[in-house]
Amino acid sequence: MNHKATEIVVGLFVVAGILCAGYLAIRLGKLEAFGNSGYVVYADFANVAGLRRGDSVEIAGVGVGRVDSLILVEDRARLALRIDPGVAIQEDAIASVRARGLIGDKFIAISPGASDRNLPDGGRIRDTESPPDITDLIGRMIGGNVTGDAP
Amino acid sequence: MTTLLASIGARTLGYLAGMGRGVIFLGSALLWALRPPAKFRLIIQQIRAIGVDSLLVVLLAGLFTGMVLGLQGYYSLRKFNAESFLGAVVALSLLRELGPVLSAFMVTGRTGSAMAAELASMRVTEQIDAMHSMAINPVKYLVSPRVVAGLIAMPLLTCMFNVIGIFGAYMVGVGLLDLGSGSYMAGMEQSVQLRDVGEGLLKSATFGVIISWVCCYKGFHALPMATGVGRATTEAVVLSFVLILLSDYFLTSVLL
Amino acid sequence: MIQVIDVHKKFGPQEVLRGTNLTIDDGCITTIIGGSGSGKTVLLKTMIALLLPDSGRILVDGTDITGLGQRPLNEIRRKFGFLFQGAALLDSMTLFDNIAFPLRERTRLGEEAIGRKVRERLEQVGLGDMGYKYPAEVSGGMKKRAGFARALATDPEIVLFDEPTTGLDPRLGQSIHRLIAAMQSQLGFTGVIVSHDIPEVFTISHRVAMLADGAIVESGPAAEFLQSQNPVVRRFLHGDAGEAVQ
Repeated sequence: MNHKATEIVVGLFVVAGILCAGYLAIRLGKLEAFGNSGYVVYADFANVAGLRRGDSVEIAGVGVGRVDSLILVEDRARLALRIDPGVAIQEDAIASVRARGLIGDKFIAISPGASDRNLPDGGRIRDTESPPDITDLIGRMIGGNVTGDAP
Repeated sequence: MTTLLASIGARTLGYLAGMGRGVIFLGSALLWALRPPAKFRLIIQQIRAIGVDSLLVVLLAGLFTGMVLGLQGYYSLRKFNAESFLGAVVALSLLRELGPVLSAFMVTGRTGSAMAAELASMRVTEQIDAMHSMAINPVKYLVSPRVVAGLIAMPLLTCMFNVIGIFGAYMVGVGLLDLGSGSYMAGMEQSVQLRDVGEGLLKSATFGVIISWVCCYKGFHALPMATGVGRATTEAVVLSFVLILLSDYFLTSVLL
Repeated sequence: MIQVIDVHKKFGPQEVLRGTNLTIDDGCITTIIGGSGSGKTVLLKTMIALLLPDSGRILVDGTDITGLGQRPLNEIRRKFGFLFQGAALLDSMTLFDNIAFPLRERTRLGEEAIGRKVRERLEQVGLGDMGYKYPAEVSGGMKKRAGFARALATDPEIVLFDEPTTGLDPRLGQSIHRLIAAMQSQLGFTGVIVSHDIPEVFTISHRVAMLADGAIVESGPAAEFLQSQNPVVRRFLHGDAGEAVQ
């Protein structure tokens, strides 16, 4: 095979390989390929057990962003949520940690508020709900006083 | 008794010396790879040998690995009513383990053995001596481009293996069985982290270097006789497999 | 000038060279003869440090090449051309690229100058229009010619020949001999030929040395060598006691 043909074949191979790598990294690995798009809002939780960086943020079941970071601030978990551009979050929206099914992945659900004013970049969601503790729930169920309230 | 001890000692020393030679060989190959002028033309030729020539077997292996994972995973998960985790199971096992290791095995069989045989026959027919006699360093000319090409081509091949594996499992899980397409893809996207992709790539790059290194080393040091080529090839493939699995364990334990 | 001084070389238990002494003079062809397995090729390879002697010294123009580092050794090797027994052409390249290989890797010549040089050498060895072929596509005799052209590509001062006629029929062998002689008188290099192709090889040799039992038993100008009274030499030349040959 002459050299030109080799170069072309190798070029095709490399492009195909990089496309596959890109698919895996961006689609599955959630790599932000074009810088960080959207804006960040913060939310403090008493407990975010099981939540991980990169888990999704949803409004009415629709993904609108991802968990950017989790840090501890004064004994509470402070989450940075990266919200897609064009999605508005009201000042009085409520963020809660939910799970898919009893043992499934955790995600952040945001219930829209009624305020006219939206959170700016770097704003904070004041109302948060931590997930119910499953062992606690089971304990109470046996005790016969499940109220559904979060502890 | 003394002779027995002496022969054990001699063998041990022989193995140690062999290991030392191998490491020095890799070191000089890497050094020469960094020293200009870079041999782009040779590297491209070797990427073709490693990447393009192995592509078909790697893709076939990837497709069937994915299909088996899909089938097996589906029936295992169904026992726990957890079919929706199929995407996660398939993607994580492919990205972290099966993709890098199996594609490295396919490349060893397809290209690594050919590499060992080629260098061994160059040794037997004095082509390597001829380079020495022309004051041309055969390590720089023959080994470094192969090591660099392994480093580049292997992760790319692994990515293709993973993508077609995920597709294969999708075909079985969604197409053949009654899993929802959304649940397969969403399960996958939610469980896979960028780290998983990166660690898989790191592994496969390591395996790429190991394959080129071991196969070149065995070929390069083939005994100059008629049976030398066959022996070098067999030893190269076996040692590559062993080193791939060994380093896989250590990489996994370090990275986890 | 190459001086081989008291060289010993062992392979495992087998002692191939046992105190070999030999001096190769500049500008002439010296042929080393000896039975197969007598260590001729080993001796030839020690002269360019492809094999290192266990003890003894090898001086090339006064520099001891045993124990030289890679860089100074490569400087010395630039003086040499080597025609290997099987020609040792690189399979992955055409004949043209094989001959151009040492020029491309070792000199700063441009591609045009290299092309001119390669075509000249191909012409000289009688392969003028075969440059585009791969080694696997040509006959053994052509490979030897191409290997010779490659050995001559960088205008070496010394050319080493390892069994240049092995594997060729006598007529082809003679044509290789004539080619070596012609090129030597044209270019004036120092030639060292290892051969068991006697008596044909004597026609082109200025000096002859015989290696037996790991040592040079007789050496001298070709005409004198033929008249040698040494019994080992006589037996080898005239074959009147076959067992000594092997």
